[in-house]
Amino acid sequence: MALLDIKQLSIGFGRPGAPLIAVDGLDLSIEEGEVVGVVGESGSGKSVTSLAIMGLIDAPGRVSAQRMELAGRDLLALSPRERRAMLGRDVAMIFQDPMSSLNPCFTVAYQLMETLRIHVGGNARARRLLALDLLRQVDMPDPARRLDAYPHQLSGGMCQRVMVAMAIACNPRLLIADEPTTALDVTIQAQMLDLLLELQRQRGMALMLITHDLGVVAQIASRVVVMYAGQVVETGALPRIFKTPRHPYTQALLAALPENNLGRKRLQTIPGVVPGQYDRPAGCLLHPRCARAAPRCVSERPALEGRPGSQVRCHFPLTGEEPRA
Amino acid sequence: MLAYVAKRVGMVIPTFIGITLLAFSLIHMIPGNAVEALSGERGMSPERYQQLSHQLGLDRPLRTQYFDYVGHLLHGDFGRSINTHDGVLQEFLTLFPATVELALCALALALLLGLPAGMLAAVKRNSVLDYSVMGVSLTGYSMPIFWWALLLIQLFSVTLGWTPVSGRIDIAFDFPAPTGFMLIDAWMSGEDGAVASALWHLILPAIALGTIPLAVIARMTRSAMLEVLREDYVRTARAKGLSWFSVVCVHALRNALIPVITVIGLQVGTLLTGAILTETIFSWPGIGKWLVEAIHRRDYPVVQGGILMSATIVIVVNLAVDLLYGVVNPRIRHNS
Repeated sequence: MALLDIKQLSIGFGRPGAPLIAVDGLDLSIEEGEVVGVVGESGSGKSVTSLAIMGLIDAPGRVSAQRMELAGRDLLALSPRERRAMLGRDVAMIFQDPMSSLNPCFTVAYQLMETLRIHVGGNARARRLLALDLLRQVDMPDPARRLDAYPHQLSGGMCQRVMVAMAIACNPRLLIADEPTTALDVTIQAQMLDLLLELQRQRGMALMLITHDLGVVAQIASRVVVMYAGQVVETGALPRIFKTPRHPYTQALLAALPENNLGRKRLQTIPGVVPGQYDRPAGCLLHPRCARAAPRCVSERPALEGRPGSQVRCHFPLTGEEPRA
Repeated sequence: MLAYVAKRVGMVIPTFIGITLLAFSLIHMIPGNAVEALSGERGMSPERYQQLSHQLGLDRPLRTQYFDYVGHLLHGDFGRSINTHDGVLQEFLTLFPATVELALCALALALLLGLPAGMLAAVKRNSVLDYSVMGVSLTGYSMPIFWWALLLIQLFSVTLGWTPVSGRIDIAFDFPAPTGFMLIDAWMSGEDGAVASALWHLILPAIALGTIPLAVIARMTRSAMLEVLREDYVRTARAKGLSWFSVVCVHALRNALIPVITVIGLQVGTLLTGAILTETIFSWPGIGKWLVEAIHRRDYPVVQGGILMSATIVIVVNLAVDLLYGVVNPRIRHNS
């Protein structure tokens, strides 16, 4: 059984009469110890999905699903108390902007020990030792001194290390990393990915890596979920999905990577933007931006088809034999 | 932190010099001059005029007068009341505890009600509770103190007869006042019902005086809290599995307090101004009432000294607030 099992997840905002659909019928499953990359442009619903898993979508946001289970427990049926007991212990999350994700008024030690206090207990002395050990595990330079530092005294990379330390404090089975490297310097990005992957292997935890950077996914994920406008458009294992993408959107994303544009004057881009929550087109959501759109794409929305683990949402999936753009 | 403290304390000195200038020039801004003001309607003989001018030092150059004045201040000499001939400083110190007691109770009331009300309004944003709290606080803020105080007296003292109309304690009680704080003195006297009587006398003036700070604190807390609740670190705190109470009262409040503390400091000025009206209405023997009476009697040394000391208090409190700011906000503590 999958660790995380989501069927037909929908997330809406706004008034019931005029809902804004952020995520529409999303299926996602993550196995124990698996590294899954979730990619897509801004506005594709990646972050909202992760917040829904954490139960951090507040009213007027509405989350509904046919099934939404973590380790066999129904996430939608949890009481607030059960939910809190799970957060930080079974599932933890790190965010995009590490500097603003730490509370500026409290020391690193306080914020680390707080997680331990809720889920592990023990006396303050023991918790402090654990916190120090966690900082060592995330390769924090000079960890003993950083314990009593405030976030503003740390660099962005160090703040993200603290966030990671906080997230792994209770050995979660699933770690959700929402754009963990986006706000960091390029040199730190690689270190941070190595660290996440190393921790993931040591602890055998599942890692859900949300990013818009396919290069990052290529480095560490074993499976990719491509999202577009609140829907999954393609899923597949690496490296298959990079070698022979089946959805035109995945192909376009790959074509936009700088390493696939060597020798060109300009990067290839995808014309247009992700449709907003109000102006989703009929038919295939991508058709206004898709070079291969046919009349059927305008009128009929394709379903996600294929065997589990390798699915595509396209009437005319690529076969890999088309001439390269 | 030390550099921060030094900087803040250093900034007080020019402000203080400004206040002495203002208080000093007061006596020269009176229409005519202070001696004429003293003479009243009966007029005064030229000899007497000369004598009084000389006595008040008004016949010397302005600069000499100012430096004399500051020199006296530095020696703790604030002059003597024209009316009672007592030292201004002594009178001030006798009456000051009454005002402090009233202002502290008003401020405590404002904090005890204002902080939770503002937090609740922010957490239950756009609810009936939010609108009620904000509506009531806007009304409280717009209400003239004297009118509000009279309404309170009309209802609670006259119609319902629950509270006394004026004074600090029932006249039946007579005990020594070593501290000048009626609640403490009453408690120390051990007399039956003394504390209760002091409390009943205190409650209406404290409400009247505390209403505006209460409204300001509630509104400020709400807006600071709303801003903070949107921050990423609040999401992090929730993602840890903290209870909503801990998220709001520890992670959010600590950050929201930073602007609120500034506002609390500024309210001390409001409290001292408000005390003038409140004390007059409730016959509360504090420095507010003392100053009003001094103005009526044209007792300029008292007015001058009272302004100087009230301003000093406002400066000192705001200095304390600035220092407290450093304690609450680590970014200030380390970055100065």
